Amino acid sequence: MTITSPRRLGALALVAALAVGACSSSASPSPSATVEPSMAPSAEPSMGASAEPSAAPATGPTIPAGDGSLTGAGATFPAPLYQVWFENFGTINPNIQIDYQAIGSGGGIKNITEQTVDFGASDAPMKDEEIAALPAGSQILHIPTALGAVVVIFNVPGMTDLKLDGPTTAGIFLGTITKWNDPAIAALNAGASLPDADIVVVHRSDGSGTTNAFTAYLAAVSDDWKNGPGAGKEVQWPTGIGAKGNDGVAATTKQTNGSISYVELQYATQAGLSSASMKNADGNFVQGSTDGVTAAAEAAAPDFPSDFRQAPIINGAGPDTYPIASYTFLLVYADQKDEAKGQALVAFMHWALTDGQATEKDLGYAPLPAPVQQKTIDELHKIMYNGAPIWGM
Amino acid sequence: MTTLSRPGLPTRASPRRGDRAFVLGTRGFGFLIIAILIGIGVVLLIDSWPAWQTFGLDLVTGTQWDPIRELYGAVPFIVGTLYTSLIALILATPIGLLTAIFLSEFADRRLATPLTFTIELLAAIPSVVLGLWGIFVLAPLLRDTLDAFLISTLGWLPFFAGPSYGFSISTAGVILAIMILPTIVSLSREVLRSVPNAQREAMYGLGATHWEVATKAVLPYARSGVIGAVILGLGRALGETMAVTMVIGNKDAVPVSVFEQGQSIASKIAVTFNESTGLQSQSLIAIGVILLAMTLLLNGAARLLVARTTRGPGR
Repeated sequence: MTITSPRRLGALALVAALAVGACSSSASPSPSATVEPSMAPSAEPSMGASAEPSAAPATGPTIPAGDGSLTGAGATFPAPLYQVWFENFGTINPNIQIDYQAIGSGGGIKNITEQTVDFGASDAPMKDEEIAALPAGSQILHIPTALGAVVVIFNVPGMTDLKLDGPTTAGIFLGTITKWNDPAIAALNAGASLPDADIVVVHRSDGSGTTNAFTAYLAAVSDDWKNGPGAGKEVQWPTGIGAKGNDGVAATTKQTNGSISYVELQYATQAGLSSASMKNADGNFVQGSTDGVTAAAEAAAPDFPSDFRQAPIINGAGPDTYPIASYTFLLVYADQKDEAKGQALVAFMHWALTDGQATEKDLGYAPLPAPVQQKTIDELHKIMYNGAPIWGM
Repeated sequence: MTTLSRPGLPTRASPRRGDRAFVLGTRGFGFLIIAILIGIGVVLLIDSWPAWQTFGLDLVTGTQWDPIRELYGAVPFIVGTLYTSLIALILATPIGLLTAIFLSEFADRRLATPLTFTIELLAAIPSVVLGLWGIFVLAPLLRDTLDAFLISTLGWLPFFAGPSYGFSISTAGVILAIMILPTIVSLSREVLRSVPNAQREAMYGLGATHWEVATKAVLPYARSGVIGAVILGLGRALGETMAVTMVIGNKDAVPVSVFEQGQSIASKIAVTFNESTGLQSQSLIAIGVILLAMTLLLNGAARLLVARTTRGPGR
C-alpha cells in the first residue's frame, strides 16, 4: 500500500479529528482538578508544623506575578494527592491554576511527548524507547513526588494473617504453588490452619504502575519470574483472573474464595481485605505501610542514581523496610518554552516537595525521605528558560 | 425491511432550487456515512501500519501477547470474541425467537404491550451496569449453580472442564445473550407482525394447530427478517466491550473450556490501550482492524446466507 501525500494529509486530518473526539470524550468523566480558590478546603492541614523535615533552601523559586495556568495529565494512582496539592497550592497562589487529567501513566507519557500538556505524570519511569521518541534535543526530568506501597491481599475464609516471602509469592503467581496448604506456605506460617483449597490468582488486566512495581519485585526475588513473565506495566500472566483497576481487583478478590492478588495500599484498607506480611531483605516480616515504604526509600537513598529513572526501591535493605513499593513521578521538560509557565511549574514542584509532603500520609501515600527530597529539590535547578535556570542556585 | 415506494410528488409545484438542494443534501449525508466508515478503516490501518510491518500475518495467527518481549498475536482474542458471541447466539436465538412468536402470534394486546416495552427497556441498561451486576450477582450465581452442575455432569468433555470461578467465557456469553436479546426479540417481532394475516387464516382454515401455523406459515415467510435480526444481535455481541471486560476474566490465552478465563478483542483494546505506547498501541489498533474485518466478513456472509435461503415472498 503506497500512500500519496494528499491522501496522507486527509488521513492525518481525520486522525486529528478522531483524536480530539477521543480526548474530549475520555476526559469528561475523569477527575479533573481545576483549582478554584473559592473551593479551597477550610480545614487546611497545618503545614510546616509537621514532623517531616523540610530541607528547602531559604529562598524558593520565583512565583510568576501574572495569571497563569498549567495543564497536566497522567497517572491515576497519585491523582487524589495531586488534587489536594493543587487546591492547597492554589489557595496560597491564587493567580496560578493547575488542571490535571488522570488518564493513566501511558497517556501522561504520550501527552508530554506530544507537548500537549505542561507536565506529565507516570508511576513507571519512561522506558528508553519512550525517551527516544521525545522531540529532538529535548531532555525530560523525572521528579519523584511520592511513594506507594503494593500489598498482597488474600481472601481465605477464617484466615486473617499470612506470611509470605519472595520465592513463595513468585511461585503462587507463577502457578507452581496451587494449594493454600502447600508446604512452602506452611513453612512460613507455622501453627496456622491452612485449608486444602485451590489458590486463585487475581491480577490487573490493564497496564498499570501497580503491576510494574509488583512484577519488578517478583523479578527481583525469583529468576523463574524474571526469565518467565518478566517485569513491566503489563505482563503475560501464567495463571489467574484479570480485573481492571485496583478497585476491580479488590472486588474480584472479595468475590472469590481462596483468591490472592495485589493492590495499592489504600485499596486493601478500603475493601476490608487482609494483606500479607512480606519477608524483607533483612529477613523480617513487615506489613505494608507508608512508613515501611519511606524506610525502604531512605535505606536506598545513598545509592540514588543521577538518572532518577533507576531510583532503587524494590526489596531494599533495612529492618523495617517494606519490599514492594514504587515512586511516582512528574515528567517535565528541562527546557521550558514559556517563562511564566516554567516559573509556575518550578514553584509548584518546589512547594509540593517541601510543604506538600506533609499531606501525603493522611491520604495514604508515603512521603519522600529527607535525602531523596533534597536530591529532588536540587534537580529543579536543571529546569531552564532560554538557556538560563528558572530557579538559580 | 420493506421497500419504500417513492413518495408521490406534491400537487403544488415546489420551488425547484430548494428541491434540488434538498436532494443534494440527502445524497451528501448518505455519502458522508460511507466516507466515515472508509475513513475509520483507513485511519486504523495507517495507525497500525508499523505493527503490520513488524509482525505481518503473525499478528493474526500468533498466540502470544507479551508486552515485555514485544510479541503480539491476536489468536486468543479472536477465539475469545467468537467463543463468547457463539454462546450468546446459542442462548439468545431460541429464547428471542420464541418470545417474538409469543408476542406477535399469541399474546393479547394488554399483555403484549407492557411485555414489549419491558424487553426494549432491557436494551437501555448501560453495559457497565450490566457488568457490575455480572461481577456481584451473575458470576457467583453461575459459579455455584449452573457451572457446578455442568462440571459434575459433563465435566469429562473438554468444553465443560472445571473449575469455575465465575469469571469466564461462559459468564461473558450469558451477559452478551442478555444484551442482544432485545435486538432479536423486537426486530423478529416486527418481522413476524408484518406477515399478512391471509397466511395465517389460510393455515387455520386447513385445520392447522398454533404450532403448525407458527412454524409452517409465519416463520418461513419471515425467515430472512429473523436471520437479519440475529445478525444484528451478533454484531452487537462481537463489539460489546464494557460488560464483557468485567466478567470474562481477562486472560490472554486461548480458552478451551467455557469455564476458562479469556479475552475478547474489544475488551483487550479497552482495558490496555490507555497505558500502551509505541508498538504495543499500534498492535492494539491492528487487532481493532481485525475486529472490523471480522464484523464485516460475518455480516457479509450472513447477508449472503439470507439472500440464498430467501424463498417465497418474504424479504
